[in-house]
Amino acid sequence: MVPGSVLPRLLGAGVRRRPLQLHLVQTATPGPAGPSGRTLGSAAASAAREPERSSDLNERILSEPLKHFDFFNVKELFSVRSLFDARVHLGHKAGCRHRFMEPYIFGSRLDQDIIDLEQTATHLQLALNFTAHVAYRGGIILFVSRKRQFSHLIENVARDCGEYAHTRYFKGGLLTNAPLLLGPMVRLPDLIIFLHTLNNVFEPHIAVRDAAKMNIPTVGIVDTNCNPSLITYPVPGNDDSPVAVQLFCRLFRTSIRRAKEKRKQVEALYRLQGQESSKGRGPADPPSPGVQAELDLGHSP
Amino acid sequence: MAAFGVSCGAAASYRLFLGGRVSFARGQGLWKAAAAKLQRSLGCQILRLRHTTVVTTRKNVTALRRETYTVDFIKKQIEEFNIGKRHLANMMGEDPETFTQEDIDRAIAYLFPSGLFEKRARPVMKHPEEIFPKQRAIQWGEDGRPFHFLFYTGKQSYYSLMHGAYGKLLDVENRQDQLRAKGLFSEKTKAKDPIGSRWLIKEELEEMLVEKLSDQDYAQFIRLLERLSALPCDEAEEEFVGRFRRSVTIQSKKQLIEPVQYDEKGMAFSTGRGNRKTAKAEVAVYDHGSGKIEVNGVDYLLYFPVTQDREQLMFPFHFLDRLGQHDVTCTVSGGGRAAQAGAIRLATARALCSFVSEDQVEWMRQGASSAGLLTADPRVRERKKPGQEGARRKFTWKKR
Repeated sequence: MVPGSVLPRLLGAGVRRRPLQLHLVQTATPGPAGPSGRTLGSAAASAAREPERSSDLNERILSEPLKHFDFFNVKELFSVRSLFDARVHLGHKAGCRHRFMEPYIFGSRLDQDIIDLEQTATHLQLALNFTAHVAYRGGIILFVSRKRQFSHLIENVARDCGEYAHTRYFKGGLLTNAPLLLGPMVRLPDLIIFLHTLNNVFEPHIAVRDAAKMNIPTVGIVDTNCNPSLITYPVPGNDDSPVAVQLFCRLFRTSIRRAKEKRKQVEALYRLQGQESSKGRGPADPPSPGVQAELDLGHSP
Repeated sequence: MAAFGVSCGAAASYRLFLGGRVSFARGQGLWKAAAAKLQRSLGCQILRLRHTTVVTTRKNVTALRRETYTVDFIKKQIEEFNIGKRHLANMMGEDPETFTQEDIDRAIAYLFPSGLFEKRARPVMKHPEEIFPKQRAIQWGEDGRPFHFLFYTGKQSYYSLMHGAYGKLLDVENRQDQLRAKGLFSEKTKAKDPIGSRWLIKEELEEMLVEKLSDQDYAQFIRLLERLSALPCDEAEEEFVGRFRRSVTIQSKKQLIEPVQYDEKGMAFSTGRGNRKTAKAEVAVYDHGSGKIEVNGVDYLLYFPVTQDREQLMFPFHFLDRLGQHDVTCTVSGGGRAAQAGAIRLATARALCSFVSEDQVEWMRQGASSAGLLTADPRVRERKKPGQEGARRKFTWKKR
């Protein structure tokens, strides 16, 4: 797994810039602060105060993280050892094995499949990085799972991050027929995270297929009996042990929180910059090197 | 009425519409046509419907499936209602400040007397909150992000309620485990719920959540609440569960047994009422008598020439083996001969309850006679139907 070959795919993949940017630029009036606390209140306020805030700054805020491989340093959140301790390597019995999961399986011990944690680590880093980028750009993240055992935990995690969860019965046209079921001008999720790809009858969750239909990128924890084909960022790993699920929840929550805080910092910095430059020099000055340093600090060397 | 129409035209007029639902299943076209005709015929602006509805014809079914009232519209309706209320109070000569809803109802009933049988079709003037169904405001902010974290499930209020209830259940269980670990756990028997409360019904829950529910959803929720209430709960959890219980007025089915009364001479007597078909009877049974029965001031032998009727009269006494022990005075009206006899029989049985012990009363109720002595016979004359000769008898069937 060479990161370099994957990187161009990452840069071009699923991140929908245009709709996200539109939401940023269009806010003329400050929007109401939702319970998640994370709205474009700050952005809108600053936009109102500095109506001539150049779109270069916006471009810089959005493009700067994309130039680094691991801007949010998600690699440090886990290690192969921690994955092993959380029993992420334990798969199902060989009889339950899915054909497409064979590349990710290290081997089988006493008829139980063992997942290759090296591959898991790489995939997990990609997935967490992608999640962080989506959260940084103010995307809507939906946690999906159909295991009743972890439903409460996942809903709590989603609420803590300020994102959304759907661990209940999935209605047929929720994604494909959203204007009818959810409202006329609803905004669909920008990323769907599957903590369990299968539903209660061991069939692939309908949301996997529907997300692919609606061009919504997905991150999914795929066990040895799951089908990883339609998932954009599959993460081979155990989805049955409570320890493993708790670990994954913690990882996703941390990366989302980090990304959002980073975003707030960067915007605050730009606001300060803008105020300084409008007070002292002209507004057309390029941002000072202080901003550059701030943006560079976040990513891993 | 002219003054009413002219002076308060703008304000009070809009509020009065032919009660009931503004939204019909059939669609707005019918309603608006009727309203327009009424306006023209009456000549005053009683009806003026203003709401943002998409008029859907059969051909193009737009995305709006039901009436959505904008927030501004509702606010305007409330303002107009308040102004109209004041005008109404002035009209009725009462103080506008202390004009309550009951006063409004009385005033409307007085000003617009209606002979319609259907109460919901009569003119109505109520606060817009009660008339327009509660609706959800837009669920997301300027940037498109929904406010509620369970928005994408479709039933956010219901699922957040389930989530909250399950969270409380886990808290209670954790607390129990901690107590058990410390060894302080005591098997507290919970105070049994008084019978005077019941769980919320599905319609009430739907109204509370402003969401449609299915029967299974409702059943699941009630099961969760039952599970929660079965455990030893804290005050917070009790209060949470209490929000979903409603009190029930207990109607005691026990028949009140009148105590024995005493007249001027010191004789013990007891009264009873009975009816059968159209006959009504009132009876006074005196203790220590000799078995005399007086009906409408006439001896029973003369009043009821037929033996069968007299047997009916004597049956309650015969049942209790008190044949010659009581005197009876009764008044009866209505019905025919057998009906009057049956009415008096029921009345005497009821009167005898106070002379007799509890077990014997039960025995009277369920005992020998087919319908029980203390049950009123519900049979009345069945009406004749058109196309038939009587209630059941059909006309003669002719093959050709």
